[in-house]
Amino acid sequence: MTDTTTAPPVATGPTVPPPQRPKRRLGDVIFSRLSSGSGFLILIILAAVAAFLLVQAFPALVSSPEVLKTKGYGEFWSWVLPFAFGTVWSSLWALILAVPVSIGIALFITHYAPRRLARTLGYIIDLLAAVPSVVFGLWGTMTLAPATQPVYQWLNTYLGFIPLFGGEASGTGRTLLTAAIVLAVMILPIITSLCREVFLQTPRLHEEAALALGATRWETIKLAVLPYGRAGTVAAVMLGLGRALGETMAVAMVLSGNQVINFRLLTSDNPNTVAAMIAQNFPEASGIRINELIAAGLVLFVITLIINSIARLIISRYSEFSGAN
Amino acid sequence: MSIQTSPAVNHLTANQLPRWTPWAVLGGCLLVAAALSGPMFGGFNLAGVAFVGVLAFLVVMHVLATVVEGRRKATDRLLTHLVAGAFCLALIPLVSLLFETLAKGLPRFDVRFFTYSMRNVVSDGGGAIHALYGTLYVAGFASVVSIPIGLMTAIYLAEYGRGPLAKAITFFVDVMTGIPSIVAGLFAYALMSVLFGPGTIMGFSGSIALSVLMIPVIVRSVEELLRLVPNELREAAYALGVPKWRTIVQVVLPTAISGIVSGIILSIARIIGETAPLMIAAGFTASLNNNPFANPMMTLPVFVYDQYAYPGVEREFFDQRAWTGALTLILLVMLLNLIGRLIASRFAPKTGR
Repeated sequence: MTDTTTAPPVATGPTVPPPQRPKRRLGDVIFSRLSSGSGFLILIILAAVAAFLLVQAFPALVSSPEVLKTKGYGEFWSWVLPFAFGTVWSSLWALILAVPVSIGIALFITHYAPRRLARTLGYIIDLLAAVPSVVFGLWGTMTLAPATQPVYQWLNTYLGFIPLFGGEASGTGRTLLTAAIVLAVMILPIITSLCREVFLQTPRLHEEAALALGATRWETIKLAVLPYGRAGTVAAVMLGLGRALGETMAVAMVLSGNQVINFRLLTSDNPNTVAAMIAQNFPEASGIRINELIAAGLVLFVITLIINSIARLIISRYSEFSGAN
Repeated sequence: MSIQTSPAVNHLTANQLPRWTPWAVLGGCLLVAAALSGPMFGGFNLAGVAFVGVLAFLVVMHVLATVVEGRRKATDRLLTHLVAGAFCLALIPLVSLLFETLAKGLPRFDVRFFTYSMRNVVSDGGGAIHALYGTLYVAGFASVVSIPIGLMTAIYLAEYGRGPLAKAITFFVDVMTGIPSIVAGLFAYALMSVLFGPGTIMGFSGSIALSVLMIPVIVRSVEELLRLVPNELREAAYALGVPKWRTIVQVVLPTAISGIVSGIILSIARIIGETAPLMIAAGFTASLNNNPFANPMMTLPVFVYDQYAYPGVEREFFDQRAWTGALTLILLVMLLNLIGRLIASRFAPKTGR
């Protein structure tokens, strides 16, 4: 903004003439005010998101448990806890599935594929990011779930002694694992594209030094690329996590979720996620229930805000140290 | 890691598998898996054969390479196969999804779908014209709100921004990209409830929700492009005595205009498929609504969800419409992406590098 306010009130000698300032044109003033104003507006919007959610969530947060039990969904924190668990649990599995594959794809595109093909292969992966989530939901519930059901049955029969695969296998395939697979497919392009950028920033000399010492391609990656990109990879994974936590429609359509805390992956008794629960209940909700749903949204907002802030801090720290400039 | 030295052989080609080995082994493993398909799965099963075949390939190849080439090279080979496999693995859902959407969406991809609404439709027939109009209205108003704010903020960050405010804006724009879409919808709903009374649902409210998601995308892409404009151009303009704002409007923006346009189109492509915020802020309806400032407004993604989640008695017709809606949505997004990328590559500015 303008630099007129920065002069400290220090008494100067009477002989010092005021510094010559360049003439400020009206157009310049208007334009710079306009652009800084819209930058400021973004901060206001973000504050407004938090403020209006808080205002609308307030009744649910302060109402007595009796009121919430009779007119709402139940006492707020005990009601939202299973959904918060479901959100974290499904996102965790999505990460477990997506991270190795994404890092593999990023390495494939940056270090294995022929140079000329690399760009096209990147576009193909980006296509996954272009598919709307409601289409992923439709595909997950109508194609993926029936296709994976026999696999779940098999896992349940032969590996059922592992608690994760225990219980009674779902007959529809709309399990937590299916939801996690869909989530994994959806966060894959984000993690991949960020990892690609990170891996490409590895100093060429580090890689060539490793190769000159006789390292194989994999050893080069292990010695030069992965350690250099560790912070960036962590940040990419956290951004993927943020996306998975907030993903709504795909989970709402794929998962047959309840209000339970259940670690099993293959049953039909799955913990629902916060976002999916809001989407499923909002159209029919009224009165205090809407306030409770908005309060649940606020919880989700806070969780993702924390995760994303940490990721962004890592990235900004990382870019300060990177040798890119 | 002992180095085997035998003076008689050529060191460059000894202990190396021929180049065609991996393909041959892969083919062999898949054939064997297919042959054993009967006893293993009780009949031919493509997914099972592929899984077992690839697993066998990895094992056989690793053993073979360890014996012939040594441990280090074998590890290198194994990782090469795993990394290439990761890419192929990601293609499976993409191909499957596109194929399914095409196969199930095409039967109803007809004139009726694009000329009728769902008013008074209980089973067959009906269409998504109301949803298409709604999507145009909602995305249009979202663009009207987001483009000026996003553009000006990007200009501020690239041309003016210094000090704590610019740092804060950069950080919070990044944070804003991570806002879950449903939270944006809840925000728009809460805003409308506070301003116009509880339960106010309209198309414009959906536009506000989408703007929250769209603004950060525009800011990021435009800022990046403005930073690509060579400084020499700005300095040349200043040297001629051109004021800063005219330099930006008449020198910097025209240089980057193709990228800016394509960035905006890509941001529209990103938000046009959003479902959750529109479901909450713009609501459901079966009829055409041409007033974005009152009453619920259907949009294409919500139409898909509505057909899937609240079917009538004859479910197959609702599923058909859902798939056709999904196909239309994918085509729309792909088209926008294609236009955006074409503009970006065809009219790319000549940067100094």
